[in-house]
Amino acid sequence: MHIMEGYLPVTHAIGWTAATVPFLGYGIKKLGAQLRKHPENRLLLGASTGFVFVLSSLKIPSVTGSCSHPTGIGFGTTLFGPGIMFVSGFVVLLFQALLLAHGGLTTLGANTFSMAIVGGLVAWGVYRAGATLRLPFALSVFLAAMLSDLATYVTTSLQLALAFPDPAGGFAASAVKFLSIFALTQIPLAIIEGLLSVFVMNLLRAHAAQQLAALSIPAAQSSTKTNP
Amino acid sequence: MKRQNILLLLACVAITVAPLLFIKSGDEKKEIFTGADGQAEGVISKISPDYKPWFEPFWEPPSGEIEGLLFGLQAAIGAGLIGYCIGFYRGRGAAKE
Repeated sequence: MHIMEGYLPVTHAIGWTAATVPFLGYGIKKLGAQLRKHPENRLLLGASTGFVFVLSSLKIPSVTGSCSHPTGIGFGTTLFGPGIMFVSGFVVLLFQALLLAHGGLTTLGANTFSMAIVGGLVAWGVYRAGATLRLPFALSVFLAAMLSDLATYVTTSLQLALAFPDPAGGFAASAVKFLSIFALTQIPLAIIEGLLSVFVMNLLRAHAAQQLAALSIPAAQSSTKTNP
Repeated sequence: MKRQNILLLLACVAITVAPLLFIKSGDEKKEIFTGADGQAEGVISKISPDYKPWFEPFWEPPSGEIEGLLFGLQAAIGAGLIGYCIGFYRGRGAAKE
C-alpha cells in the first residue's frame, strides 16, 4: 500500500497530507491522555505498535503471484480505539519512508491516511459492530483486523485512481486496474493478519487478563491457568 | 487457547506456502512474487507515460542486502516489543502464584 515517493501529483500530496493532519493531532492527544492517566498501559501500547512493526515488515506471497504485506493496525485498535493507532501507523510509515525508501515523505500523508486512518476507523467500526451483534470475541477481532487490512489496500487503489485516471475509462477503469493489483493480492494476507491478531490477543488474554479487563476486553471463557 | 494458537499459526503457514507451491511462472525469465507496490508503479507508467516523479527519496538502501537488514531490524523491534510485554505479564503472573 506504499505509494512511492514522488508518485502523487503535488496537489494530491498536499491534499492527503492536509486530510491526515487533524486525525494525527487527535491521535497524539489520545496517546498523551492515555500515557498520563494509565501509565501502566505503556507495555500494551508498545506491543500494539510492535505488532504494526512486525506485520508491515512481512512481505508475504499471494495467490496473484505477487507479494504484499499486512498492516497490523487492527490489533491495537481493538485495545485502544482508533486514535492511538493513527500515531503508531504514522511512526512505522515514517521509519519505512526514511530508512527503506518504501513510500516517501511526499506520499506520507496519503499512506498514513490509507493505512492508519482508514485502517483504524474500519477496524474500530467492525469491532464495535461485532460487539453489538454479540459475535464471539475472537471472531470480532479477526474480522476487524482482516477488514481493516483490506480497506487500507482498497483506499490506496482509489487514491492512485484519483491521481491517475485512465485516459479512456477515467477514474473507474483506473480503479479497477489498481484494485486488481492490490485488493486481490491482499485477500489471503488480510486473512493472515486476522489470524495473527487473534493469536496475539489469545496470548494476552492468557497472561494479562487484568490489564485487558481495564480496557474492557472480555476474559477468555475457558480457565486459562498460566502454569504449564 | 494453546491448541487454538497452534492451529492459527499452522493456518498462517499454509496460506503463505500454498501460493509458493501452486503458482509457477509461465515464462522462465519473468520473475514472480514481486512487490505489489512496484507493480502499481508499472500501471502508473502505462496510464500516464509522461508522469515524472517529482521527488526522490533522500536516502535509499544501497543494495538488496541492506534493505533486508533494515526490514529485519523493523521486524526485530516489533517482535521485541511484543515479546517483552507478554513475557513481563507472564512472569508477573507466575510470581504471584
